Amino acid sequence: MIAPAAVFLLGLALAPLTGGLIVRVKSLAAGRTGPPILQPYFDLARLWRKGTVRSTSTSWVFASGSVITAAATAAALALVPAGGVRAPLAFAGDAVLLVGLLALGRFAMVLSAMDTGSSFEGMGASRETAFSALAEPVLMLVVASVARASGGLSLSEMLGPGLPAAWGLHGASLALAAAALFVILLAENARIPVDDPATHLELTMIHEVMLLDHSGPDLALMEYASALKLWIFGALLAGLAVPVRTGWEALDLAAFLAGTAAAAAVVGLVESSMARLQLARVPQLVVGAGALAAFGVVLGVRA
Amino acid sequence: MTTLADLLLIVVILVDLFALASSRLGALIRIVALQGLALGLLPLIAHHEQLTWRTAALAGGSLALKGAVFPWLLLRATRQDSVRRELTPFVGYTASLLAGVAIVGAAFVMGSRLPLPFPAVSDLLVPVALSTTIIGQFLIVSRRKAATQVLGYLVLENGIFVFGLTLSVRMPALVEMGVLLDVFIGVFVMGLAVRHIQQEFDSIDASQLTHLRDLP
Amino acid sequence: MIPALVALPAMAGALAFLLPWVAARRALLPAAALAHAGLTAAAWRSRPAPALGGWLALDAPGLVFLTIASALFAAAALYAPGYLRREGTGSRRDFEEGAFFADAPERVFIGCLLLFLAAMTLVTVSQHMGLLWVAVEGTTLASAPLIYFHRHHRSLEATWKYLLLCSVGIALALLGTFFLAVAVSRPEGGDTPLVLADLVEAARAGADPAWLRVAVVFLIVGYGTKTGLAPLHTWLPDAHSESPSLVSALLSGALLNCAFLGILRTLQVASAGGAGGFTAGLLVGFGLASMIVAAGLILGQADYKRLLAYSSIEHMGIVSLGIGLGGAAGFGAMLHAVNHSLAKASMFLVAGNILARFRTKSTAEVRGVLGAMPVSGALWVAGFLALTGMPPFGPFLSEMLILKGAFDAGRPWVAAGYAALLALVFIGMSAVVLRMAQPGEDGAQEGFLREEASTVLPSLALMGIVLLLGLFVPAALGETLQAAARAVGHAP
Repeated sequence: MIAPAAVFLLGLALAPLTGGLIVRVKSLAAGRTGPPILQPYFDLARLWRKGTVRSTSTSWVFASGSVITAAATAAALALVPAGGVRAPLAFAGDAVLLVGLLALGRFAMVLSAMDTGSSFEGMGASRETAFSALAEPVLMLVVASVARASGGLSLSEMLGPGLPAAWGLHGASLALAAAALFVILLAENARIPVDDPATHLELTMIHEVMLLDHSGPDLALMEYASALKLWIFGALLAGLAVPVRTGWEALDLAAFLAGTAAAAAVVGLVESSMARLQLARVPQLVVGAGALAAFGVVLGVRA
Repeated sequence: MTTLADLLLIVVILVDLFALASSRLGALIRIVALQGLALGLLPLIAHHEQLTWRTAALAGGSLALKGAVFPWLLLRATRQDSVRRELTPFVGYTASLLAGVAIVGAAFVMGSRLPLPFPAVSDLLVPVALSTTIIGQFLIVSRRKAATQVLGYLVLENGIFVFGLTLSVRMPALVEMGVLLDVFIGVFVMGLAVRHIQQEFDSIDASQLTHLRDLP
Repeated sequence: MIPALVALPAMAGALAFLLPWVAARRALLPAAALAHAGLTAAAWRSRPAPALGGWLALDAPGLVFLTIASALFAAAALYAPGYLRREGTGSRRDFEEGAFFADAPERVFIGCLLLFLAAMTLVTVSQHMGLLWVAVEGTTLASAPLIYFHRHHRSLEATWKYLLLCSVGIALALLGTFFLAVAVSRPEGGDTPLVLADLVEAARAGADPAWLRVAVVFLIVGYGTKTGLAPLHTWLPDAHSESPSLVSALLSGALLNCAFLGILRTLQVASAGGAGGFTAGLLVGFGLASMIVAAGLILGQADYKRLLAYSSIEHMGIVSLGIGLGGAAGFGAMLHAVNHSLAKASMFLVAGNILARFRTKSTAEVRGVLGAMPVSGALWVAGFLALTGMPPFGPFLSEMLILKGAFDAGRPWVAAGYAALLALVFIGMSAVVLRMAQPGEDGAQEGFLREEASTVLPSLALMGIVLLLGLFVPAALGETLQAAARAVGHAP
């Protein structure tokens, strides 16, 4: 009997690994070996050991921003099931709380970016908010589709033991939801084709540019929060797309972990095969994902 | 249980939504060809128990026409167009996509109000037919380029074809062949017209075709 | 015999594409037209037997419209050789904008004209709704190259609108045909009948009301687009004014009727299935809307060919209104279809003469038609009187019958609106036509030129028949019109 708390701790521990895996896949696709998969951990440790430098133009908003972001995202993690294993916190409508906590984290990040008074950060903040405003309704549509198909109202029930049956009955609807969820993952986590995490041109950045003035432990917390967010979305996608619910928790967990690794690999492949979209086309992409999710809901409601 | 027929019909709707969102002419022509292919396979699946020469001929004919002949005609007609993109449609792409989703939703609602009096190969037939028809008309109305309007007409005909499938076992083959023939000649003539428009106006921007009017 | 009616013009059309000699092609047209007219006359003597297992048959409405199409085509075919000779070859200047343009190859023109006749004939003899659809779409495809005869950008625009709007409309009619098949189909299966007689029987036995209504809406919208009922009429003024006059004559006079035949067949099935009142209501609505739109756009119309096109919209609206009212108005509507077609074709041929002589389509610039071209001028005025329903011409009788029918059906407001709109159209047309016929204010007059026989004889003949029908309707024609009205009659 795997305690839900263990699932939570597993998520906390393994989150930075996804980032490392994506970078490794991209490097292999480009013909290089790339940095070690555990590199994010080394980076976090290095940043944590450094001293903090804060701009004189910032205030307590900036100081607390990184802490709130990390805390909110970690709290959101507590709601996410690991494949068939329940999350520590599960109740009807917890998907809404998940979206709310992620929004809180994003809000704190945006505020701390704007608090620096730099125009670069302000530009990144406005882009981030704009795209998230489009992505959140689509995420809710995906949740609605999955809830309708599986009949549960909390994330753990939706992605719980009833999922294989739901795939059998509403396969098309869930496939569309999974596709939309993948696009949302790319959009919310600032991946290509929405944002290039490896760029060094500030004018083209969305997520990275908001962290320009963070350093040391602040930056470590922000990076960790981003990794947690990527893990959360990856967990949701793997939970949806890999309907292995044998009842043996160890097996389900192993399948789930394989699923998250696969999701990371797919993100890496997508990143290495596409170029980043024009900023004006990103809303089109997100609305397209929304159309898929909406169609999935329509199919689910009809049946 | 999602059957193969259901899957093909879902592909049809996904193609509709993609056609609403895309601005590249070449991609549009190919994606509508894909829709034609999916529809050509449907009669074979719908009647796989009683496969007759007639059904096979119909499926083969529409596969050939919609999958190969029409895209070839349209690609040839638009070859000289220097800008193979629909840059400024009357209704923007995001708005078109949202309208498309609304149309699909409305079509499903209407489909639930109009149940077929006999069992058909899939429940999705009536909603898919209605939504594809309306989305085809929307494409004709909201796009500037004459070639995109012809593609909208093709999507419209595809929608009607889906509906015809509910009855194909009950309608004589001659009629369906006649319909196919008419669509073929129609697209052929339209392709010729697009070529003439291209030569006459140096572009296939149909918003230039507004000379004749009574109300300014 | 029925297959011969369709095959004759079809083969002549194919021949026209193949023949290399100009004179032979030009002679082919009147020859085929007269042969077709002969066959039609034989059909009046003894109704031909159904063919193709009941798919092709000539019933009363079909015979009426076939005769109209045949007569109009004969008139156009007699006008055509002279027209083509005058057109000549090579490029010429467009008198509206001064740019150079060429004509389409003559073989395309003659071939498509004959194929057009074949398609229209097929529409009138079709008893199978699917075949009817194929034939109506065939008329669209055959007539599009005819509109694009003068190859300049205005006619290209008109052709494109025509092609796209009519094809879309017809596609909706196809959907309506499918819905009709669903409405009368039985759950246990079996072949869904689409032959008219079987459809009517099946509808009487029991048709799903929801599907039937949806089918009727789509069929009327679809075939109504081709008939030019407002608000689906937007292609009509452009197509009918940019095409050569003899093509306009055929489009206005024959094609609109054939498309209306689709609506008549729908009404037959709908009445049997219990949706007769619903369909009739739709027809009355569309009819009045057409008349309103036409009246609005005739007032102050600057182009006389567009004027005639809007007049066609108005008259098809009147026919639709009459059929929708039923009873005496139904007979009036069928008579009106005959009267309008003949008068409109005659007017378009005369308009062609005016255009050739004055080289402008503007109503403001043409003056003194009566003086310059006496026969055409007289026909122009006579045609105006006919089209606005003045006695002693035929349309007076048919329009009065429809008015009477409106009162009989207990719809005085419809009658009042109808009469008011007729008056409006009279005012609008009279201002334009009479001013064109008389000399201009400064007294300047185009020189008198003897007119060729081939340009005026067809119009004279057609207008003569319209005058005759105003004084006396021959018994055979009257009976057939009555039978046609009864066939599509419905309980109002």
